[in-house]
Amino acid sequence: MSTFQIDFSSATRKRIIGIDLGTTNSLAAFMDLTGPEIIPGPDGSRMVPSIVSLAEDGSFVVGEPARRLLIDRPERTVYSVKRLMGRGIEDVQEELKLFPFRIAEGSEQVIRLQLGDRAFTPPEISAQILKELKRRAEAYLGEEVTQAVITVPAYFNDAQRQATRDAGRIAGLEVLRLVNEPTAASLAYGLDKRKEGIVAVYDLGGGTFDISILRLHEGIFEVLATNGDTHLGGDDIDNRLLSIALEDIASEWGEDLSHNGEAVQTIRQAVIRAKEELSFLPVTVIDIEYRGRRYQRELRRELFENLIRDIVDRTLGPCRQAMRDAGLEPEQIDEVVLVGGSTRIPMVRRAVETLFKAKPHTELNPDEVVALGAAVQAAILSGEVQDKLLLDVTPLSLGIETMGGVVSKLIHRNSTIPASATEVFTTSVDGQRNVLIHVVQGERELAKDCRSLARFDLKDIEPLPAGMARIEVRFLIDANGILHVSARDLRSGKEQSVEVKPSYGLTEEQVEAMIRESYEKAEEDLRERQVREARVEADNILAAVEKARASDAWLELSDEERAAIDAAINELQMVYHAGDHHLIRAAIEKLDNATRKLAENMMNTAVREALKGTKIE
Amino acid sequence: MRDFVLCLMAHVHDCWHCGAKDAASLFCRYCNTIQAPTPDYYEFFDLPRRLALDPEDLKNRYYTLSRLLHPDRYTRRSEQERRFSLEASSILNDAYRVLRDPIQRAEYVLREEGFPVGDQRNKDVPPELLEEVFELNMALDELRSGDLEVLPQLELFRRNFLDMLARIDEGLEELFRRHDAAEGDERRKILAEIRSTLNRRRYISNLVQEVDRQLAARNA
Ligand SMILES: Nc1ncnc2c1ncn2[C@@H]1O[C@H](COP(=O)(O)OP(=O)(O)OP(=O)(O)O)[C@@H](O)[C@H]1O
Ligand SMILES: [Mg+2]
Ligand SMILES: [Zn+2]
Repeated sequence: MSTFQIDFSSATRKRIIGIDLGTTNSLAAFMDLTGPEIIPGPDGSRMVPSIVSLAEDGSFVVGEPARRLLIDRPERTVYSVKRLMGRGIEDVQEELKLFPFRIAEGSEQVIRLQLGDRAFTPPEISAQILKELKRRAEAYLGEEVTQAVITVPAYFNDAQRQATRDAGRIAGLEVLRLVNEPTAASLAYGLDKRKEGIVAVYDLGGGTFDISILRLHEGIFEVLATNGDTHLGGDDIDNRLLSIALEDIASEWGEDLSHNGEAVQTIRQAVIRAKEELSFLPVTVIDIEYRGRRYQRELRRELFENLIRDIVDRTLGPCRQAMRDAGLEPEQIDEVVLVGGSTRIPMVRRAVETLFKAKPHTELNPDEVVALGAAVQAAILSGEVQDKLLLDVTPLSLGIETMGGVVSKLIHRNSTIPASATEVFTTSVDGQRNVLIHVVQGERELAKDCRSLARFDLKDIEPLPAGMARIEVRFLIDANGILHVSARDLRSGKEQSVEVKPSYGLTEEQVEAMIRESYEKAEEDLRERQVREARVEADNILAAVEKARASDAWLELSDEERAAIDAAINELQMVYHAGDHHLIRAAIEKLDNATRKLAENMMNTAVREALKGTKIE
Repeated sequence: MRDFVLCLMAHVHDCWHCGAKDAASLFCRYCNTIQAPTPDYYEFFDLPRRLALDPEDLKNRYYTLSRLLHPDRYTRRSEQERRFSLEASSILNDAYRVLRDPIQRAEYVLREEGFPVGDQRNKDVPPELLEEVFELNMALDELRSGDLEVLPQLELFRRNFLDMLARIDEGLEELFRRHDAAEGDERRKILAEIRSTLNRRRYISNLVQEVDRQLAARNA
């Protein structure tokens, strides 16, 4: 009975946190009694910069402390790793020109980044950010946190979603749901208002752009269409300004700094500062000090806007497409919500206002609204919030490659998820035992222009004349936007075995190995901490006993009692360096028992002294 | 009425949870546990097999069922319940997508009733359109060879085809109503008529798309 109760409570009352794993900044939030709240760090900070550095001793430095290391230790520090999640080496050639990612050797199958003398996959690095958020949450909430909702850009494909979920698992978090960032924002936006109508969420962050159009109706948040660009954001603006500054400095100083990691990071941080200032001031100065030299350049907002116009314009195409897909005209959109730090740029706001013919909402904090929404979704999953429901869509069409490399679409983009499709396959040669199905995601006609997701191998088909086998394959996109495939032999009705060969990303075995490793590391960390704590306690008791030796209370002990204490001290000193906290604690316990009489005597002495009117120390 | 009885009968099975004999679909009528969902779209929505549906009523049913079946509601339930919820939600969404669109709805019913619907493009030109299609192709050829004078003519074609589509859709509404009122052989005759109307419709809408594509290529 009692075990039942314990199981019951731990299964139902466990808290689920919401996490915005951003390109630039990451945040965690939870559902408080009054609504969603950001979980602050010990220093009160609300955001964790998505920067990870590998320290000399093999531990990781994450967040604000790592920002400084971008300059001091550029070869061991990485930022914007979200850009590499779920991608193959050939997809990221453009990023490699612009970002100081150091690709490790042997990255053909899975990208690995070199940090010092070690190499890590993007999910492993993202896991470090998640672990930091998990630690913050545990310290703040005072309980273990093992379950989370994590947000992803709405336009993320299957591989990018898988990679995000892998990161969660490596960090020791069960990812109960992946939620699209703009949808999460709409949840936070529409939470306490009795909102009804059509809402567009425009999310321009550090690395990604998303647009989602939703209908809010009686607590149901129904996504009508979504679109975006997973490689468009503040980073692109920074890179534009950076390359201009580098050129300018090269001509002023006569020195090309573009291959000097330390200098590039110094300049990058200066142009970001300037960019962010220009959102509030008409003019600013890019101010750089490097190795005793100074570079200053005035930047006016008009010039800045001319420099970034094409980047801002790139967001408009996806917005128009989303409206077309939703079958809506701009006039039919009731509200526009802005999300993401880059929507602070006045030019972005103007562009949105012109396109949607409506003044966008800016009262929400664009940095925090996604995490707050993730916390709301977490509360929906835990059952705390029952009157809200999110109906999201898949951003990309799912298809299979057919003859001539042409794609046959099975599930169209903007279909509400979970969504499914079935297709019957057969063999083309007598006695054929395998059928290979190539699954792709994207809108283009040819498979080679779409994103390859995986090859599914239908194995051990009963050998029959060509065209006689009938294998029904069911493709199912779940509520996380992740594909599942199952197959059935229609002749026998039996489950057909399917082997999955993902085109990108980690295999299940690799993820498990990483989880094991990080788990072992965590065990190691825990052991070390317990030993350290036990030693502190040992130090305290040993010091106390030494002090007592000089007191009257010590003299009141019998010889045997004194010998027992000395023996216990001896034992404690022997196990002190053994590195096993159980042994240390056992010895402390023994010493504690042996000194009970001594403690009593001291207490009596203290009482006597007090009665005499003398102050005790 | 017959339809209605059929749809209640169709998915009777034992409850996996409490073992009750006539558990009903979606939820057990005794213990209210989620059940293996029916794959039949009409049965899923508890609707008689009619072609004319009230969109507002369908939407309300969709929202109600979504609230009951969505995986978000089953995060902390057993593995089995989570599986059924995922399965049921995917059928619900697929069914809603199909049933809310009159054309897809009719195609679904045709398929279920054993009337294979023409796939993709139908190559045979409906006889009454032969002349128009011939002229259209000539105009498109001229456009491709750079003759912009055919633009007004193409625009005329386009409007003409759109008018035809509108008339077809009106005709379909009438056919739907007749289908719903009919029974047996009469009903099957109407279904055959609907099928040929849909084929004609698909042919014309492909023509419109073709004109649009050529015009877009021209403007690009
Ligand atoms: N005042 C400002 N003016 C212009 N840009 C700003 C301002 N404040 C922040 N940004 C930019 O916003 C970006 C970070 O936004 P945000 O924290 O929303 O992104 P993210 O959530 O980390 O990224 P993503 O959602 O793309 O994964 C950075 O590029 C930052 O420079
Ligand atoms: Mg963001
Ligand atoms: Zn039951």
